[in-house]
Amino acid sequence: MIEFPPGLILILGALPVPFLRGPVRTIWMLALPVAAFVLLYSLPEGNHFAISAFGQQLELLRVDGLSKVFGYIFLIAIFLGVIYSLHVRAIEEHVSGLVYSGAAIGAVFAGDLVSLFVYWELTAISSVFLILASRTPEALAAGMRYLIIQVGSGVLLLAGLIMIWHETGSIAFEHIGIESVGGVLILLAFGIKAAFPLLHNWLQDAYPQATPTGTVLLSAFTTKLAIYALARGYAGTEELIWIGAVMAAFPIFFAVIENDLRRVLAYSLNNQLGFMVVGIGIGTELALNGAAAHAFAHIIYKALLFMSMGAVLHRTGTVLASELGGLYKSMPFTTVFCIIGAASISAFPLFSGFISKSMILSAAAHEGHYFVWGVLLFASAGVFHHSGIKIPFFAFFAHDSGKRPKEAPLNMLIAMALASALCIGIGVWPSALYAILPFHVDYVPYTDSHVLSQVQLLFFSALAFTVLMRTGLYPPELRSTNLDSDWLYRRVGRSILQYCVQTVGSMHSGIYDLVVRRCKRFVEQLYRHHGPHGIIARTWPTGSMVLWVAILLVTYLALYFIDIF
Amino acid sequence: MIAAHLPALQVVIPLIAAPLCAILRRGTAAWVIAVAANWLAFAVSIGLLFRVLDEGVISYAMGGWAPPIGIEYRVDLINVFVLLVVSGVGAAIIPFARKGTEARFDSTNQAWFYTMYLLALTGLLGVTITGDAFNIFVFLEISSLASYVMIAMGRDKRALTAAYQYLIMGTVGATFIVIGIGLLWAMTGTLNLYDLAQRIPDIENTRPVLAALAFLTVGISLKLALFPLHLWLPNAYAYAPAVTSAFLAGTATKVGIYLLLRFFFTVFGGGGFFLSTPLPEMFLVLSIVAIFAASTVALFQNNVKRMFAYSSVAQIGFITLGISYATETGLTAALVHLMNHAIMKAGIFMLLGCVIYRLASMRIDDMAGIGRKMPFTMAGIVILGLSLIGAPGTSGFISKFWLVLAAMENGQWWLVALIVIASLITMLYVGRLVEAAYFREPSEKAKNVREAPLAMLIPAYVLVAATIYLGLDTTWSAGLAQDAAASLLSAAY
Repeated sequence: MIEFPPGLILILGALPVPFLRGPVRTIWMLALPVAAFVLLYSLPEGNHFAISAFGQQLELLRVDGLSKVFGYIFLIAIFLGVIYSLHVRAIEEHVSGLVYSGAAIGAVFAGDLVSLFVYWELTAISSVFLILASRTPEALAAGMRYLIIQVGSGVLLLAGLIMIWHETGSIAFEHIGIESVGGVLILLAFGIKAAFPLLHNWLQDAYPQATPTGTVLLSAFTTKLAIYALARGYAGTEELIWIGAVMAAFPIFFAVIENDLRRVLAYSLNNQLGFMVVGIGIGTELALNGAAAHAFAHIIYKALLFMSMGAVLHRTGTVLASELGGLYKSMPFTTVFCIIGAASISAFPLFSGFISKSMILSAAAHEGHYFVWGVLLFASAGVFHHSGIKIPFFAFFAHDSGKRPKEAPLNMLIAMALASALCIGIGVWPSALYAILPFHVDYVPYTDSHVLSQVQLLFFSALAFTVLMRTGLYPPELRSTNLDSDWLYRRVGRSILQYCVQTVGSMHSGIYDLVVRRCKRFVEQLYRHHGPHGIIARTWPTGSMVLWVAILLVTYLALYFIDIF
Repeated sequence: MIAAHLPALQVVIPLIAAPLCAILRRGTAAWVIAVAANWLAFAVSIGLLFRVLDEGVISYAMGGWAPPIGIEYRVDLINVFVLLVVSGVGAAIIPFARKGTEARFDSTNQAWFYTMYLLALTGLLGVTITGDAFNIFVFLEISSLASYVMIAMGRDKRALTAAYQYLIMGTVGATFIVIGIGLLWAMTGTLNLYDLAQRIPDIENTRPVLAALAFLTVGISLKLALFPLHLWLPNAYAYAPAVTSAFLAGTATKVGIYLLLRFFFTVFGGGGFFLSTPLPEMFLVLSIVAIFAASTVALFQNNVKRMFAYSSVAQIGFITLGISYATETGLTAALVHLMNHAIMKAGIFMLLGCVIYRLASMRIDDMAGIGRKMPFTMAGIVILGLSLIGAPGTSGFISKFWLVLAAMENGQWWLVALIVIASLITMLYVGRLVEAAYFREPSEKAKNVREAPLAMLIPAYVLVAATIYLGLDTTWSAGLAQDAAASLLSAAY
């Protein structure tokens, strides 16, 4: 049996991609995740691949229930992503996509913090090319902000891991907890990647700027890797419940007023992460199963939604709600797939979101977190509102924009069809997903009360949307810039910085002038003595050379003789 | 059979080859003989090294006359180390000499040049290998006289004045050395270094012995160009032919360092005696002044060759700085830098020879933009320049590392700071050349040059490779130097 990290298969497999052409490249890129999947399927639990470096044992392949379920879904995501992006000509997008997914998968199987850190940074560096590949000034700026924040997260992780290593002498990646300073630093590092409230802006900033295909991959890996890391290191940390509740609730408001539909999806991504973080915070077997299952289902339907919006962007060149409408006439398949994704994210019964989200809600209720349960319920209604209705409604129906784009390319349709099949399949036969969850599952999603309450919720939410639309109270879709908390560092912060730079700058130039004047005088002095005609560098007459000899001789004689008396 | 006579062969091979060159009067033939003799001498040095490592100190009675009456050749770790450097650097230089001399001299003069080269090599090897004080003087004169001629053969008119000045100063130095040796002989009745080492400790505080030490100190300081007795060096190196500059920079001053170590440590009784004299303080002060004054002068030089000549004065300061500690680490640093500097400075002067060969000028303004015209030549100079600065991965880093280690062992942190600052000045003058060569538009002269011939580049690159190798593997530099330093301190001979 082969024991090789599946992440490295993708990373190494990406290297020959630039030299392959046509169908060979297609087959090669599709074969990589398939091969990795087969390999992963055959691996039993345990540590399989260790290397020694820095005097430490680095475990590159720790297989257990938790890492395996994330491994599977990441491989499914990159497989769908490869199909979806087959039409893309830019080689760097393919390569960085494969390396990025490989790094995320590698991080999932990392058994120690050092290799986790290496993969963590690799995901940041490889994924930024998916943003930069848009080749617009906005994408360049957003990509740079994204890179700074992601690498900053890695630096925090490094600092935390060094402190933990120093304290415990071990670099194993097990439960960390927030009792030590190192643990808090690492939580902060994970929190940045998981888009905790106030640490979230990079997500809504960068994802809408990426290429249509790039966003699909971005939405799958970075944040879910952080969810995996949180589940591994901080399961049962009470603070996460509240962080998660805030996360699930606040993006709703931004999502409702946002005009850019991909940014709407970015906010709803943020909100879905909140559910998972709550699950991790609760930390019971049911809750952790729920978080993992929700991550699994979420990656597929979120990718599906981003794919449908990507298809719209690919054909029309825009995803602004104010510019779109009526596309169902010419893009019927995309419309259907989008609605399936929307139904899944809204947790309609028989769709994947239902069977995973209800696990987290049940766990919250079961542990007596009724307030949080209420918040999550509100958030569920909100999700339906902005992702379930708003996305398909404004893109494909609403007022007719007059646009009649062609249906999405075939490869995009295939990818979306596969993702849709998975969404429905998981919703109808949840036992398959439950079988691969980290803990044993004896949870039944389809009970009368579950189904009934969810359907009630959905219908009242739909009613609210309809009433608001009819009465004209619904926020109109305008081209506008909605301020999020990143305004603090993108505007206020910049002004403060500019003020500081100016003050320091004028002080600096004053001191600098002084120093330069002094230095100039010093160098002039040096030049006078050491320059080509200076006293030290001059060609001396032979006589004075001999004089030096005499002086030294006398000096040495005197010194030696003084010494004996 | 041959193994037993290796010490004699070390000197005899180049000594016999020299008149052969003179008799043949044919440039090409003389060159072939010179290459063969030099390479054989290098092989003999390697053979001697393995014998010394194997069986310890070798004592060889010249002509079968037993010491102390007869002349003894005595080879231990210290002089075999220097023999290796001298013959090794020579072995790299001599194939390089062909193109340059061919372009400059007619066939007869080429033969004379190789004759002088071989005589200088004979002298330097002889000084290093002999165990007899007067023999040292004789070989020193042979090498000096030959090198005066080699300098005077420079293309620049000023080479004559430079050679004349070197002649005067060299003769003064040699006279001082012979006076010192005479005084020692008068006091002990022996010229054999081993015997001297036995007898001097009893009488070392008598005035004649101290006077002898003073004369020897000044005489040897002149030979190795210790500040302020360096004044002959910049012109001699700057205006001599490139081969001469490379050879002298790599070998002559290094043999001076060897003499200093041999007399102060072996003959006068190890580290204890050295530390009891005012020498450590004197050397410390003179070394620091040498490093900073010479580096600063180098910074302002417009003649690149003269710039690197001053750089040599500064680098010698680093070596004597190591000696001034009289600790095992300090002496190791000195010996390591002796080897490393010999290799890198010889390499730099050879590559400058390549530039002269094509450009016929050494002015830094004329060398503007030459990086694109002579990429390999300039790349080599940059690598060796990095080594001069002490960049990691080059041999210069190893030297600086040991030197800093020695300073820290003595708790002299301010000296560590000075060494770092000195490296920065080195960076500035090397950087000046790099700036001109790579970042300026080609000068009028540089527009029409092309890369130097391979016959010149390959030998130079052997030294570049050695510089990098010695920066990575220090078995043959620091490894040997450490053992040699230990035996110097204990005055074992």
